Amino acid sequence: MLLNIKNLNVNIENKEILKGLDLKINPGEVHVLMGQNGTGKSTLVKTLSAHYDCEVTNGEIEYKDKNLLEMGVAQRANEGIFMSFQNPVEVKGVNNSYFLRTAINEKRKYHKEEELDTMEFLKLTKKELAKYDIDKKLMQRDLNDGFSGGEKKRNELVQLLLLKPDLIMLDEIDSGLDVDAVKVVAKVVNDLLKDKNRSLLMITHYDKLLSHIKPDFVHILKDGKIVKTGDYSLALELDSKGYEAIGIEDETN
Amino acid sequence: MSDNKQIKEILNKEYKLGFETLVQSDTFPVGLNENVIKAISKKKNEPSWLLDFRLKAYKKWQKMEEPTWANLKYPKINYQDIAYYSAPKKALDSLDEVDPEILKTYEKLGIPLEEQKMLAGVAVDAVFDSVSVKTTFQAELEKLGIIFCSISDAAHKHPEILKKYLASVVSMTDNYFAALNSAVFTDGSFVYIPPNTRCPMELSTYFRINALNTGQFERTIIICDENSYVSYNEGCSAPSRDERQLHAAVVELIALDNAQIKYSTIQNWYPGDEQGKGGILNFVTKRGLCQGENSKISWTQVETGSSLTWKYPSCVLKGKNSVGEFYSVAISSKAQQADTGTKMIHIGENTKSTIISKGISAMHGVNAYRGLVRVGKKAKNARNISECDSLLIGNKSKAHTYPYHEIKNSSANIEHEATTSKISDEQLFYLSQRGIDEEDAIAMIVNGFCKEVLKELPMEFAAEAKELLSISLEGSVG
Repeated sequence: MLLNIKNLNVNIENKEILKGLDLKINPGEVHVLMGQNGTGKSTLVKTLSAHYDCEVTNGEIEYKDKNLLEMGVAQRANEGIFMSFQNPVEVKGVNNSYFLRTAINEKRKYHKEEELDTMEFLKLTKKELAKYDIDKKLMQRDLNDGFSGGEKKRNELVQLLLLKPDLIMLDEIDSGLDVDAVKVVAKVVNDLLKDKNRSLLMITHYDKLLSHIKPDFVHILKDGKIVKTGDYSLALELDSKGYEAIGIEDETN
Repeated sequence: MSDNKQIKEILNKEYKLGFETLVQSDTFPVGLNENVIKAISKKKNEPSWLLDFRLKAYKKWQKMEEPTWANLKYPKINYQDIAYYSAPKKALDSLDEVDPEILKTYEKLGIPLEEQKMLAGVAVDAVFDSVSVKTTFQAELEKLGIIFCSISDAAHKHPEILKKYLASVVSMTDNYFAALNSAVFTDGSFVYIPPNTRCPMELSTYFRINALNTGQFERTIIICDENSYVSYNEGCSAPSRDERQLHAAVVELIALDNAQIKYSTIQNWYPGDEQGKGGILNFVTKRGLCQGENSKISWTQVETGSSLTWKYPSCVLKGKNSVGEFYSVAISSKAQQADTGTKMIHIGENTKSTIISKGISAMHGVNAYRGLVRVGKKAKNARNISECDSLLIGNKSKAHTYPYHEIKNSSANIEHEATTSKISDEQLFYLSQRGIDEEDAIAMIVNGFCKEVLKELPMEFAAEAKELLSISLEGSVG
């Protein structure tokens, strides 16, 4: 098993957001989290990344048979946990390419592999970016600095592509993207998922992305817990009929 | 687990140069009066005009008051509690005679003094407490007519040049600390580049304070004659001690027609501890005179040390079309305070100045940029561009910007930009989520922030500066 979450409770600013959540993810599986706003989807992804806002008050998380809660942010990343950011922060002065090379080499160092030198890195990025038709000029700019919404999402994809994580977590990576851009996301993710040791946990509101990346499991979150789990048909049903029709009350009322 | 190990490594790394050298020294008792000044002059076997200069400065200093306008807090300095001269006992004629302990000191500091080891290709003047212990490459430079020696040597060998330029840019009464320095200065470097000469190597002075309760008062003069160029660098460090130590230096640069002086500083005096105990009190007057037409003086400083820094390297742009530049990175971490900036005095026509200042405050550090741009009546078409950026790390650090403009010619073109930013938790989280730990993430952001300044440093020193920046900020978060 890649990830095993047992009875997870998480507070944000002393407010309980996750209330006893259980979830198991095996290598090669694609899981989708759905649910209305404020049900805890993003909190789960952030908790798995050790975000400073998330305080785990109860429960266990096993990742690759290790206690994930004992690991810091960078260690989790180097152990293969990757989250895409809905709105990645801008870091002025830090060159995007330099940042990415450092990140890749930190991971290689962690796994006692030889670091990439500048030439090797440039070759690698050139090749990978060309595959997905991503403009390599993106790499010469400062990290997310002055990027448009679409450019920021593309930059997240570039990082995903090159860091090759074991647990990919995508938090609404499709929001605000046009049909073609969604296709690029799907292509990157599907290529990565060809490796059957790799798993995906994805938050999305729309069926658009799911028609390209076929989920094995669809989970519906409500009030900090998974209340319903199904396969792809659950997402389709939800898309056509809405939450109430599948027995989930609208919490916003 | 590995996190804990990292933290330990960081703590051990804190101030690497804080060791003390055990060497027999000849140190004056504490206290300052005319006899002490006479004794310094006698030790150095100085010509009488130089002693007169010192005594005159001392008299003026006694009537002056310590300035209080800077944004700095420190207990009053007792000038009678300081020793004004300390030198290793052995007299030195060649490198073989330098006390091996001192050689070891410079070796530990990474400064190449042994001739056979000078692959670095940097000529070094090493100043240990009050005396210059060694100047390298002198013979090679002499062939080109370049003088690179200690100021004590210059008093004997080149009195006419020294007399002409000493206090010609920073007068003895310029300010309280300059007056004190004029009275008691002990050593420092003297550089003269003859006309039409490009100095073929980096010249460098390394200042080391070692003796206890001793002040360091060095004086440096660089004269770059017509159509010549020199790049000069200084570095400094001191042992970690609980007592505060005073450092009051004066640096004067003179650039004649079409001459260019590039002066770089990596200041790494002991910064004191987190409670503000110990560390160097750094009061420095640095000024360059662009006397000739088309001359250029460029100051680059990376200030990471000292518990307190009071320093405004300035340019007097007298020659037509002369250019002044100031590039600065100043870090205040722990309980450090820095009040630093520059003065650009435009006197000649078409003079141009650039100021790029990057202040970084972490932990309880307080950083102030203080800059003056003055355009005189005759300075037609003067131009200045100033950019002052502050970066805050954590919630307890502070940054201030005090720009002053005095414009007396309406053709002047002055641009000033200031920004303050903060390393946010979200930035650190983002970089960490990609596998870069927090300390490295901070170093990365800080280096990015300082990029424009660091690129001005000579290659040999840029790597050192980068490393110093990250060491200075380690442990500053969390």
